[in-house]
Amino acid sequence: MPKLTLEEVEHIATLARLGLSGDEKETFREQLSAILDYAEVLNRLDTTGVPPTTSALPLNNVMRPDQVTPSLPTEDALANAPDTDADQFRVRAILE
Amino acid sequence: MTDLHQLTIHEAQDMLRRGDISSVELTQSVLDRALAVDNDVRAYICLLPEEALAQAEAADRRRAAGDDTPLLGIPLAIKDVICIQGVTTTCGSRILENFVPPFDATIVARLRAAGAVFLGKTNTDEFAMGSSTEYSAFFTTGNPWDLERVPGGSSGGSAAAVVAGEALGAFGTDTGGSVRQPAAMCGVVGLKPTYGRVSRYGLVAHGSSLDQIGPLTRDVEDAAILLGSIAGHDRMDSTSLNVAVPDYVREMKTGDGLKGMRVGVPKEYFTEGIEPGVETAVRAALDLMADLGAELIEVSLPHTEYAIPIYYLIATAEASSNLARYDGVRYGLRVDAPDMWQTYYDTRQAGFGPEVKRRIMLGTYGLSAGYYDAYYLKAQQARTLLRRDFERVWEQVDVMACPTSPTTAFKIGQKVDDPLQMYLSDVFTVSLNLVGMCGISIPCGFSDGMPVGLQLMGPALGESIILRAAHAYEQATEWHKRRPNLTERMF
Repeated sequence: MPKLTLEEVEHIATLARLGLSGDEKETFREQLSAILDYAEVLNRLDTTGVPPTTSALPLNNVMRPDQVTPSLPTEDALANAPDTDADQFRVRAILE
Repeated sequence: MTDLHQLTIHEAQDMLRRGDISSVELTQSVLDRALAVDNDVRAYICLLPEEALAQAEAADRRRAAGDDTPLLGIPLAIKDVICIQGVTTTCGSRILENFVPPFDATIVARLRAAGAVFLGKTNTDEFAMGSSTEYSAFFTTGNPWDLERVPGGSSGGSAAAVVAGEALGAFGTDTGGSVRQPAAMCGVVGLKPTYGRVSRYGLVAHGSSLDQIGPLTRDVEDAAILLGSIAGHDRMDSTSLNVAVPDYVREMKTGDGLKGMRVGVPKEYFTEGIEPGVETAVRAALDLMADLGAELIEVSLPHTEYAIPIYYLIATAEASSNLARYDGVRYGLRVDAPDMWQTYYDTRQAGFGPEVKRRIMLGTYGLSAGYYDAYYLKAQQARTLLRRDFERVWEQVDVMACPTSPTTAFKIGQKVDDPLQMYLSDVFTVSLNLVGMCGISIPCGFSDGMPVGLQLMGPALGESIILRAAHAYEQATEWHKRRPNLTERMF
């Protein structure tokens, strides 16, 4: 019995804003269940009181002076956009 | 002059400096070779013959004017997840098929300033997610030693190009082994620098606490040269370390090579799943290192068996966040639908391939309410235990030596439908990314005609010492000089 239900697969896809076909949902249900089963091995580890790693190296917040420097020209920033209007990205209406 | 494309970078530098060859001759030789073999190898997503020759001409003019920057006139390949201004950067994905970056990645800008010539962009698993290039949205690269086999991945195009004579050197990215594993499978040198050693500005993000850019080369000295040309602090990447960059070539050659070096042999890296021919080659390499004066010390990294689940929970969580940016608004594919929400769903469904979708799903699940503690947090805690394993071992040894991959290159199609089996091929490489330390894979023999890689692991900012160990081993062997037989067919 796969670990994940079809409803859970659909819920995750919604969170990720990812459209999936019926076949993809079924395939991912099985494959993700198998991967999560495999990951159960971590439950053998006692991690009580172990701090999580938040960075691969001990880096603190990095600050720099807040100075104005030249940035990407608007024209270049818009050059790859699927749709633009004047100096802006154009999207479908979000609010009616 | 027909074999200029087989030169190492340092050999080519010497010849260019002496005036024996020009960069145009060198670049033309490499381009001719690429045109003759790449219909079979398929290392390149995009080859840039005109641009490369123009850059080579400019390099020759600079040299004639007295310039001698470190990589002046050296033709190199760049993995197609790293931005070159004005050159399509696809990440091996349909969603970025037509993306033309408006800026250079920091490493590209540094290479440009050093005089490098850019030959083109090499194939990769989509968004560098994979171990074989089979997850590229465009095609699978063939292993030049056996075109029926994968070159490894995700930097498989870069590794194949270097061993096939289609570039003097190349750059890849390593999130869980994606430089070292293809280097091993193609019989070249691949180096993953310490986390923070190289700027990732202009590298399309995959797993932000893991990603590093590294060189793939024909010998260890070339790896030292290329690392030195890209390393160092960058104000555009706040994770880049503000630590001076040593002269890696000089430090590599300083001292007594392996004599007196304490080389740890982690027992968990010699397990039952390892291919017999790989173990034989790596054991022989260890014996040779001992003959060269190294002190072999058995060490233990007891949490190794947890590395794959830790890695695939963390890397997918980071990837799912990073790939949220592909929404069809600012760049990339857009599949228009009547409303914005459906536009997101349709764009991402059409633009991403199966492995990327699988990882977005897994990562989103591990970060979602109710599961975060059990998966993502648990993995980050286990990661701390893994790091403590390494820190304990560095009290006893200078470097560690082990196989890079449990097998040689596998057949195309063998693992592509079994994601868990594909993930397990990274078992010896993911730990270094999780702990942020450095490693190098170098050729150490063959198993049934396919190359085997020896991995040398070092502590944070230990690049000089792993290069020194690797160089000393390489000086005593000929494995790195072997080349595959490829048929040249002009098209």
